[in-house]
Amino acid sequence: MRHFLTYIAALLCVVGAWAQDSTSVTRSRLDSMQYLSNVTVFAQKYYREVIPAQTLNGKQLERLNSHSVADAIRYFAGVQIKDYGGVGGIKTIDIRSMGTNHLGVFYDGIQLGNPQNGQIDLGRFSLDNIGEISIYNGQKSEIFQPARDYGSAGTVYLRTRRPRFEGDKRNNLNITIRTGSFGLANPSLRWEHRFSPTVSMLINAEYTYATGQYHFRYRKRFSDGVVAWDTTAVRKNGDLNSWRVEGAIFGYPTNGKWNAKFYYYDSERGIPGAIVNNVWKTAQRQWDRNFFVQGSWQKKLSERYEMMLNGKYARDYMRYLNPDTTLMYIDNTFHQDEIYVSSANKFNIMPDWDVNISVDYKWNHLNSNLVNFVYPIRHTVLAALATARTWWRFKGQASLLYTFVNDRYSSRFGEQVIEHHSKKFNQFTPAVFLSFQPFEHHDLNLRAFYKRIFRMPTFNDLYYTDIGNARLQPEYATQWNVGLMYQRYYNTGYLSGMKFTADAYYNTVRDKIIAVPKGTGQYRWMMMNIGKVKIVGIDITARLAFKLPHGIVLDGGLNYTFQKARDYTNPADTLDGGTYKGQIAYIPWHSGSATLHVAWRSIDFNYSCIYVGERYHNSANILANHEEPWYTHDLSASYSFAMGAVKAKVTGELNNIFNQQYDVIQNYPMPGRNFRIILKLDL
Amino acid sequence: MTIKTSHISHNIIATLFALLVVLAGCREEQLIFIPEEVEITTPQFTDVQGFYLLNEGNMGSNKATLDYYNFRTGRYSRNIFAMANPSVPKEMGDVGNDLGIYGSKLYAVINCSNKIDVIDKKTVKKIGQIDIPNCRFIKFYGGYAYVTSYAGPVVITPDYKQRGYVAKIDTATLQVVDTCLVGYQPDELDIVNGKIYVANSGGYMVPNYENTISVIDIDSFTEVDRIEIEINLQCCKADPRGVLWISSRGDYYENQSRLFAYDTRHNRLVKTFDTSVSSMWMDGDSLFVIGVQFSYVTMKNEISYAVINTATLEQVSNNFITDGTDAEIAMPYSVAVNPITKDIYVTDAKDYISPGRLYCFSPQGVKQWDVRTGDIPAHFAFLGDNINEK
Repeated sequence: MRHFLTYIAALLCVVGAWAQDSTSVTRSRLDSMQYLSNVTVFAQKYYREVIPAQTLNGKQLERLNSHSVADAIRYFAGVQIKDYGGVGGIKTIDIRSMGTNHLGVFYDGIQLGNPQNGQIDLGRFSLDNIGEISIYNGQKSEIFQPARDYGSAGTVYLRTRRPRFEGDKRNNLNITIRTGSFGLANPSLRWEHRFSPTVSMLINAEYTYATGQYHFRYRKRFSDGVVAWDTTAVRKNGDLNSWRVEGAIFGYPTNGKWNAKFYYYDSERGIPGAIVNNVWKTAQRQWDRNFFVQGSWQKKLSERYEMMLNGKYARDYMRYLNPDTTLMYIDNTFHQDEIYVSSANKFNIMPDWDVNISVDYKWNHLNSNLVNFVYPIRHTVLAALATARTWWRFKGQASLLYTFVNDRYSSRFGEQVIEHHSKKFNQFTPAVFLSFQPFEHHDLNLRAFYKRIFRMPTFNDLYYTDIGNARLQPEYATQWNVGLMYQRYYNTGYLSGMKFTADAYYNTVRDKIIAVPKGTGQYRWMMMNIGKVKIVGIDITARLAFKLPHGIVLDGGLNYTFQKARDYTNPADTLDGGTYKGQIAYIPWHSGSATLHVAWRSIDFNYSCIYVGERYHNSANILANHEEPWYTHDLSASYSFAMGAVKAKVTGELNNIFNQQYDVIQNYPMPGRNFRIILKLDL
Repeated sequence: MTIKTSHISHNIIATLFALLVVLAGCREEQLIFIPEEVEITTPQFTDVQGFYLLNEGNMGSNKATLDYYNFRTGRYSRNIFAMANPSVPKEMGDVGNDLGIYGSKLYAVINCSNKIDVIDKKTVKKIGQIDIPNCRFIKFYGGYAYVTSYAGPVVITPDYKQRGYVAKIDTATLQVVDTCLVGYQPDELDIVNGKIYVANSGGYMVPNYENTISVIDIDSFTEVDRIEIEINLQCCKADPRGVLWISSRGDYYENQSRLFAYDTRHNRLVKTFDTSVSSMWMDGDSLFVIGVQFSYVTMKNEISYAVINTATLEQVSNNFITDGTDAEIAMPYSVAVNPITKDIYVTDAKDYISPGRLYCFSPQGVKQWDVRTGDIPAHFAFLGDNINEK
């Protein structure tokens, strides 16, 4: 006990530890699995979420051979990734088959918005400055949060690293250099400075250059195994040139905390395109500039009242160019702005009963040089009322979210405004989370949740010239989940800890927004609310940690996901090759991942594996639409050493060691065997 | 106690790993698709042996495939090109846009693969390939194939514009021997009386569409005239009298898709029909027209199946499907008529990404059979003896 208190006290003294939000204790507990298992038993009482997240942090993240957030997220249960391949290829994720647009991605507590297409390319977020990734099904079941945090069917929280200072150090400098396959040159620099025991800052800059070139091989065989054709080529036009600069300042006054940060990302990339017969390279280019400033302030104003304010301004620029003279010339630019303010207010009614009221306002705007563009503006007001109650060994949380959306746009013909439009929408959506610990002395939790939520049609869905459909309604997702979590830590013996979770779920998505062919002419589409999907799934995760003789630490994790995600859109389409009740596109029935880590003194060794089972690229589950399973095995080893005051770490990674040639998305070949070398210097 | 627990844990982890290994064992190398053959109906013995159907495949999917229906066996075969040509990497390619038979060869115009596959019409073996970027439609005359392409020279000032052209291909050597510039984004073409008529769309220049037909003198292979018809032209088929049937896609807003009859003998527009056109087929004096017009009022596609008598210039039917089967067809995409039996074939492209369907109707418009096709079934070519193979 005393040991624990000492630890906590030490933690509080170190600026940065307290920087973690209210779930920090849970986190340090997860962190500590390999190192401080005796602490964890006590920490148990501190986690406030009814259903904790799947989390990857610090060292675990470093060990996953991942370049981007998207690569790392593949290791979570229930998640499917759409990866167009390569360093610059788009990577989006989908939680429990509900679609990318139902996922909210939060960066240091505030959502990354993209009202234009609703998708966040997680391949664009390098892990260089990420300290932790957490993923929640439903929502973070911790009530003291902005209303926007209640507004997605699934949520990913990306948390940047917080400054930490050893002893009385006032400055930390970190230099990281990464290089490897794909012509990668990726230096980054990070400077942390402590102004006072309660105020610190950091600046982090990263540059990434990659030619994005890699060999890929397509091959087909006859059924007797004889090769029919076999071709190898180099993936072209996958180059990337990007800058990222981030800065933040953190303050930890008594009974509160605040931070402010800016983020700037500037990139140019090639869009490699589909590999089809007679076309082995493309010429399309894309430029992105993303900028935001955001701030957060939180204080416990009295014993019973705590307040949090958040604000953000974001501006995003995107240019898409198709300079191929044999195709339609396209040079489109898009500008988006977002202004966001939020107030969350938590009242402690009784020791075991909290109520939170949050109100958010968000303003979005999109400009483009598209022909007849409607220049949409969206005002969103979100209000959430939530309550959390602990009773005996039960924990519960209920929330009700009110959403009001007002879209304003003007239909135009050329420059001439024909008509101004204003569309209003409002809706209440509930969520309930419960957990129960049946045995007082065993950390076994049974848990369940229900959530109903919708996603607004994006600006592209509604207003993209010709394709958009201004009459679209939101797309609804309903989730039911039951599951359990068991964990245990040991002070003696080889096994130092274990954690096991299993969840079963049933989700429905209705009024799903999908593109439907329209009218005369080739490939003209209209967005419609006609899709319907029912998803039955099971997510299982297991983690074990061992402390073996000779100071060897070993830990491993396994995730497995089963999903039956069936297309109920068109009940008439039941003939042979029909789509009704077919497994939806790119969702495997079986998928999973495994990780194994061994540490001995200054040496770390890691193995990780991703498995994605057979899929179809269309709900018509016929042979012609079949996609083979794929699985990659990655290895890495690192060695830490000191050179005077400089701490150094060298890591070598070998990815896809068996050089498997696979597509995640049809005709988008993924890289085969590739390597990366990382040198980190801390001073 | 601890040791026991860790044993159990070891077992758990071992089991889970084993499970993963078992799952991991499922990957097979992709096989060349064995063509799927299905028996549809009783064999039929006429001069029409069968027909090829080119499935476009959605853009980027590389799923242009060739199907064949054999009247003599009553059997329908899907994806016969891949098996007949197993050594061709990535099979037929991306977006089949037109199909035609000339002499002993079948020509498949594959738009996004920038080429025309030249195929033996009996064995389906690929004989050669003609590379033409962004190629669109094909017609034959006097030993040459004429192909429209969007990918002509680029004019930067004052606006970026890409001229289209017609390529002249020697069908003996499969070489492009000449090209002739036409309007912007030329689509279908037809040949009447020593002249090639090309429907220019201007589809890349929204909202400044093209509105002309280019007239090429076939001997000098130069553009000799432009005829204004309507914006965004697409189909262009000549009837036996030399009247061109030309469709406009409209601008998808105020201007609806329409059909025009242009008499090349008198160089004048003889009639305009307010029927929307997405596909048409000329059979003798009958023009079969499928129209799909999106209505912003009902937010649905309004579909028509019209027949026009090209001799009288009158619409004789507004629904050639008489048994109600039209209710099953989500997105009619193409129509063809058997030159002997006059059976009518209609394809359903559904949502463009799942497998389509082919329906056969009797001349009276009653469904005879239907079968699954590839994705976006679209272009027909009839194979036979003593028939105009198209």
